[in-house]
Amino acid sequence: MSSAARRDDPPVDVVSPIRSGYLRVLPPVGNLRRLKNAPGPVGLGGRPPQAPPTAGRAPRGSARLIERHARAYRHMWLVFASGVAEPLFYLLSIGIGLGVLVGKVAGPTGQLVPYREFVAPGLLAVSAMNGAMYDSTFNVFFRLKYEKLYDAVLATPVGPFEIALGEIGWALLRGAIYAVAFTLVMAVMGLVPSWWAVFAVPVAVLVGFAFAAVGMAGTTYMKSWQDFDYVILISMPLFLFSTTFYPLSVYPRVVGVIVEWTPLYQGVVLLRDLVLGVPGWDLLWRAAYLGLMGLAGLRLAARRVAKLLLV
Amino acid sequence: MDGIDFDLYRGEAFGFLGPNGAGKSSTMRMISCVSPPTDGELTILDGDPVRDGAAIRGRLGVVPQEDTLDLELTVRENLLVYGRYFGLPKKLIRERTDQLLDFVQLTDRRDDKVDPLSGGMKRRLTIARSLINDPDILILDEPSTGLDPQARHVVWDRLYRLKQRGVTLILTTHYMDEAEQLCDRLVVMDHAQIVAAGTPRELIEAYSSPEVLELRFAPELHEQAAEKIKDLSSERIEATADRIMLYVRDGDEALRRVREHGLEPAASFVRRSTLEDVFLHLTGRRLVE
Amino acid sequence: MACSPGGSDPPQYLPGGSDPPQTPPAHGGLLAPHTPSGEASGLPGAPGSWDLTIRALRCWLVVYRRIWRSSIASSFLGPLFYLGAMGFGLGSLVNAHGTARLGGVPYLEFVAPAILASQSMTTAMSESTFPVFGSVKWNKIYIAAQATPLRPADIYRGHLLFNTLRIAMNSAVFLAIMAAFGAVRSPWIILGLPAATLTGLAFAAPVAAWAVTLEVETSFNYVLRFGMIPLMLFSATFFPLSQLPGWLRPVAYATPLWHGVELCRGLSLGTLTMGAAAIHVGYLVALSVVGIWAGGRTYRRRLYV
Repeated sequence: MSSAARRDDPPVDVVSPIRSGYLRVLPPVGNLRRLKNAPGPVGLGGRPPQAPPTAGRAPRGSARLIERHARAYRHMWLVFASGVAEPLFYLLSIGIGLGVLVGKVAGPTGQLVPYREFVAPGLLAVSAMNGAMYDSTFNVFFRLKYEKLYDAVLATPVGPFEIALGEIGWALLRGAIYAVAFTLVMAVMGLVPSWWAVFAVPVAVLVGFAFAAVGMAGTTYMKSWQDFDYVILISMPLFLFSTTFYPLSVYPRVVGVIVEWTPLYQGVVLLRDLVLGVPGWDLLWRAAYLGLMGLAGLRLAARRVAKLLLV
Repeated sequence: MDGIDFDLYRGEAFGFLGPNGAGKSSTMRMISCVSPPTDGELTILDGDPVRDGAAIRGRLGVVPQEDTLDLELTVRENLLVYGRYFGLPKKLIRERTDQLLDFVQLTDRRDDKVDPLSGGMKRRLTIARSLINDPDILILDEPSTGLDPQARHVVWDRLYRLKQRGVTLILTTHYMDEAEQLCDRLVVMDHAQIVAAGTPRELIEAYSSPEVLELRFAPELHEQAAEKIKDLSSERIEATADRIMLYVRDGDEALRRVREHGLEPAASFVRRSTLEDVFLHLTGRRLVE
Repeated sequence: MACSPGGSDPPQYLPGGSDPPQTPPAHGGLLAPHTPSGEASGLPGAPGSWDLTIRALRCWLVVYRRIWRSSIASSFLGPLFYLGAMGFGLGSLVNAHGTARLGGVPYLEFVAPAILASQSMTTAMSESTFPVFGSVKWNKIYIAAQATPLRPADIYRGHLLFNTLRIAMNSAVFLAIMAAFGAVRSPWIILGLPAATLTGLAFAAPVAAWAVTLEVETSFNYVLRFGMIPLMLFSATFFPLSQLPGWLRPVAYATPLWHGVELCRGLSLGTLTMGAAAIHVGYLVALSVVGIWAGGRTYRRRLYV
């Protein structure tokens, strides 16, 4: 039903063609002159030709989202920083305060270690998990439902996969920062007996990645704030029962077997073995477990974000 | 969507006029390559939305119906961050940010958080944001809905200037005055279909008369009056629950005729025809329910 | 309840109609008239304060009917998990090493009443921070209640009463769990229900009074992270106070949770003396009274402006 042309220039079907890769001058905003038929490069003087912004390359969009979060948290840095306090308090209270009442505990290879050396790596894993989950659950839900941040972002070349990757990237960054801070405290308190602990930070990043991905994927299924009780319902037992505070031998055999397959347990074992300097070959498949968990969560999260926002 | 088919010329303002639920926002989402087209072909900027979606979005600017501004950032940071999503270099963004804030008259609020701004300011900021990538087409979904009258006029003013500078606009609205003032051509939508198209003047000429005489009678006399008027006039008449509207060439003359026939309205009002009347004629319903 | 001059039909408004009715009609006969009992005309008498508080409470009970299921997770399962992990898991380590410092009792019996008290605290804190703030800023329940005969003090007390009932309910459930796991030593633990509820009230009252004054909710993060968590960990909950450095002990004595923990533990182990009970109960009651008094004032300042 196109009406007869009312313009002097012939209608260019659905505005100007763009051909990918051709150079086009972007005139300054103050001079938004449109030249009527402009298929080729036009020199408006003073500004070098620029390629059209390349879109669709996955890592770039995610990095932009991470930039945005960093900028936003600059306004709330204290909230960010205070998140690392919780595992530290637990370290002081249960690791040290209770440590005297517990004496020495059997470590990974059966050797007796002071209780606080036993607990600290467990809490390190917890701090990575916490940091990752704060930003991948509560904050993602808030951005999705109330801030409508992703709606704004999807109007740009950034796509849903990059959003998922960016959110998970930020969450694991936060987990990593918490883990580094906790490791420093551990070092200062003399709780890092082995050089293998150098690998603690990358492992903590892996733990953060796994939980950030799964956390975000789960959050995309939530409908209201009440659903966050499920998050607590999962993270609290993980925190308490993944041998953070006592060795696996405490459990009856059946329970122990179940715990051995839970995600945080892998992180706790990985970190404890590394920090105490007794790494074994099983650490490799434990790391693979966490990596696969993260990748699965990432794929699911990307798909869910697309489903929720692109309809 | 049902058979939406239109072409767009550069530098014009193209409007989609229709009531809520007509499918305008869905069309906008398809054009801005956010939703996949339900059926049929869609070519934008010579690209296929499904395949080249990201590249096309890079050349579009979108002003959504709800301001999706970032409440955790300041006014300036909103533009900076948004520009980065397009992959623009930081220096360029900073230059453009200053120019755009000046264009929408928000320079003095640049370091304020977004939340305390008024509705009109937030809408202006959203418009500024949508221009950060210097788009070929600016898509606006109900740009002045929810704004007070003064804010609406400021927004129209800015959009008018954009038009003068040659930016192509696509906008949706359910306000007839907005459609009449801003749009060069428009399309009337109802129930996901196009029911008419053309410039505002063309539409009014085609589907309505130059003037409209609105009459109100006392509630108990309303029905009888409507019947009487229908009998004596051959021109189009619309009778709603509280008004009777006569579509005539000359409103004063029609009023005289009505009085001659012994009908004394409680209130009468002669006005020019608007797009609201066009819509009423085409669909039997009002634009704003 | 229809009141009309002579007949039994509700009064209708008719232009130039019959005798003017004694009861003013509502909206031309649209709504069935209702007169509060005892009043024929004029303003209804103001209901008593307790009556209003109960009305406010009812509002919250209706809300609770929708959300009770999800609260099971935090109120029931949370403390259960802590009891299991700390009482049994950690307990096995402590018992193996020697419980002399605990007073010779198994660790489970040492830690269970402390979890009882700190669960009251966490329930109180979580219910008097975000929900109170949200009732002013987000879902505006308080603002809506203002337009009724409820006064700010009634709104405050109604919500506080609701939270206290929830604390009591959670405590009762946990007491049952404690008894089931054999973590109780003395029959005095029956008084643990009012003790735990009082502990919760001592937190809920002042915190709600403070929460209603805020403009942004970011302070809650700090209070919970730097206030509640340390309290939960260092108030002789998981280890006796003798483990704290000497200079920190007076700090614990000044905080409410230590009193609550000592009270509940003393009752559960049967070691509570009248003197100690008087001190702990006195402290908690005083804190609650101060909180309730403050709440009346802060709510009024916030809701009447």
